[in-house]
Amino acid sequence: MTPPPAQSATIGATGMPVRAEGPRRPPALSVGPVGWLRANLFSSWLNTAVTMVLVYLVVSWALGLISWGVLNAVWDVPGTGPRVDTSACRAVRGEGACWALIGEKYRFILFGLYPFDEQWRPALVVAIFVALYIVSAMRRFWNRWLGLIWLVALTAIGVLMWGGVFGLPFVDQERWGGLPITLILSTFGIAFAFPLSILVALGRRQTAMPAVKALCVVYIELIRGVPLISLLFMASVMFPLFLPEGMNIDKLLRAQVAIILFAAAYLAEVVRGGLQALPKGQYEAAEALGLSYWQETGLIILPQALRLVIPPLVNTFIGMFKDTSLVLIIGIFDLLNTAKTSIIEPAWQGFGVEAYLFVSAIYFVFCFAMSKYSQDLETEFNRHRRR
Amino acid sequence: MPQDAIADPRYARAAPRRAFRLSWRDPTVRSVVWQIVIIGLVGFVVWWLVANTMRNLEVRRIATGFGFLDREAGLPIAEALIPYTPADTYARALLVGILNTLRVSLIGIVLATILGTLIGIARLSQNWLLAKLAAVYVELLRDLPLLLQLLFWYALMQGLPGPRQALNPVGSVYLSNRGIKFPWLVWEPAHTAALLALLAGGAALALLARRFKALQMATGVRPRLWPWALALLVGLPTAVWAVMGAPVAIDAPVLRGFNFQGGATITPEFTALLLGLVLYTAAFIAEIVRAGILAVHTGQWEAAGALGLTRGQQLRLIILPQALRVIIPPMTSQYLNITKNSSLAVAVGYQDIVSIANTTLNQTGQAIEGIAIIMAVYLTISLSISLFMNWYNARVALKER
Repeated sequence: MTPPPAQSATIGATGMPVRAEGPRRPPALSVGPVGWLRANLFSSWLNTAVTMVLVYLVVSWALGLISWGVLNAVWDVPGTGPRVDTSACRAVRGEGACWALIGEKYRFILFGLYPFDEQWRPALVVAIFVALYIVSAMRRFWNRWLGLIWLVALTAIGVLMWGGVFGLPFVDQERWGGLPITLILSTFGIAFAFPLSILVALGRRQTAMPAVKALCVVYIELIRGVPLISLLFMASVMFPLFLPEGMNIDKLLRAQVAIILFAAAYLAEVVRGGLQALPKGQYEAAEALGLSYWQETGLIILPQALRLVIPPLVNTFIGMFKDTSLVLIIGIFDLLNTAKTSIIEPAWQGFGVEAYLFVSAIYFVFCFAMSKYSQDLETEFNRHRRR
Repeated sequence: MPQDAIADPRYARAAPRRAFRLSWRDPTVRSVVWQIVIIGLVGFVVWWLVANTMRNLEVRRIATGFGFLDREAGLPIAEALIPYTPADTYARALLVGILNTLRVSLIGIVLATILGTLIGIARLSQNWLLAKLAAVYVELLRDLPLLLQLLFWYALMQGLPGPRQALNPVGSVYLSNRGIKFPWLVWEPAHTAALLALLAGGAALALLARRFKALQMATGVRPRLWPWALALLVGLPTAVWAVMGAPVAIDAPVLRGFNFQGGATITPEFTALLLGLVLYTAAFIAEIVRAGILAVHTGQWEAAGALGLTRGQQLRLIILPQALRVIIPPMTSQYLNITKNSSLAVAVGYQDIVSIANTTLNQTGQAIEGIAIIMAVYLTISLSISLFMNWYNARVALKER
């Protein structure tokens, strides 16, 4: 092996070492953008080939997407409502997107059949939900006031959606739809499922109470073993049979109950993971202090155990948010169902791709924000482990 | 603990037995009372629901029991793995549904595992572009509801041209809104025999591999396995097929009138469901595989290299067995998810068990039995997959002394 040039350069012509004039620059090909390209995209023949193929695929796909979504797209069509003329969209079918559908139907997709003039109310509800999520995500609000904030926000949401007070006209629940339904189902679902899941997880760890433990195990395993659809079917066709005659619960609430029961079983397993990960010494120390079971759980165990499992909890929340779309199958007008319904008119039939891309963007924003948040939290919680 | 500490008589002393007290301060009394209260409450609620249900069923004159299973179903099923006509019984219709669920789940599990593993490895690639594209794929597909993706693919399938203007990517493969049509062999007994020979060859190969391993343990020399593998897996089935007359008759789809005749079909419903399930689950599997590979220390690669193993051997003998330990438990829950998520078939019109049981309960009005069937089927499948994966997990788990 020849010695590296840097070493030979420090030997002068007389054979005596001389002072090098400062550190030498690395070769131009291994630093800067060129160096980065060489290291990350063209490090070997195989890598170069892979890069070339991928660049070709990405560029051709992106060009196709731009020509479909922008250049050949139809942004507006004449007429509105039942007298709309979509022949311009039909003419470019397959070559161009029909964004006119979104322009015409976005109010319906977002808010369903909510009275058109009152649609500022669900819009405000969505804003309150988003503000609520942001506040709950900030750690400076993680104190006893958070519960109060939630209570106030959820009450405001109820008042806005139903109306009937403060001069707001009453809007029947049958007419709710779109994004508010998706947010209501997921937020209330998590708000109720989370406390329930903590109780179930605690129950599952009760070795001293075999009957309670067995009950919790059966509940968790039963729910986790069946798909959410079967629970939603149960809520929609079987639940009315469970209630005494004359007592009736509307469909949205029944679906909400099914989602809460389903979410609680999954969350309980996450919480149990946190309870198990806590060292036994914490339990023993709490007992040694003479704390009662509930004091021990509330003051010592849960604050530590829940902190351990926040990232998987957020992941479960994301899953639940996505799973609320299943209520479409039992005919509740959530965001996905309004998108599906918006293309039912003969004039708009066949433009499903555009409608679904529109709601995809909405779902993606919510889920991606949660997912990034959970990743950041995880990094922060693991900071002490990094060196 | 030092040796003399064990000898200390205070450590040998058992905790003092406290006399039983009938007081709220006694833990045993407390736990018994709590259990009676909780079980009593749950029991009461269940009793109340059951009593209500009984009364409602009586009032609404809804029949109970599974007698309807023997009645004629009269519901048409588009794709069935076993012969079925609407004149068959409900029991057979439900069986067709179960088989359809199993079909899409099994194919989905295999394809999602392959695709997910490839994407997971791609995310760890040295190639920046490949790694970034894999990351974008995972982030995008994970953050959209599966049902939305299914509807999207189904809308895309329905947007394809009709059979007369069908797309024709290669040979006589046709893509239209009636599904994918492709040529397929006319099935003959020789093919069945060849398949059986393949299975027998596989079993023989497994036995042989075990014997060779024992030989390696005893003598340190491992006989060559691959010629045997070639002979048993390729040679044997081909020989059987040739002996039975080597029949090759290909049934290619041909456009007649408004639709295709002949050939094999994959319906748009099945394609949309499978595509959705595979692409969605592959994103999760990719993350699991990535985490599994990252969990194996780099020193393991280096140590394996120092032993003189080739790159392939390093991966197969050293890295994968260790990564699998991390991968298998979360992978099991993904497999369970595919199976449970296949129930979304009902939204795109693929007739799986949920769809058929739902039609059954609408036709007979027996909601409780219909939902009980759905739940029983999924619980059975979930339990079987869990048992199998637990067995496999125990096999690959770390064998400690």
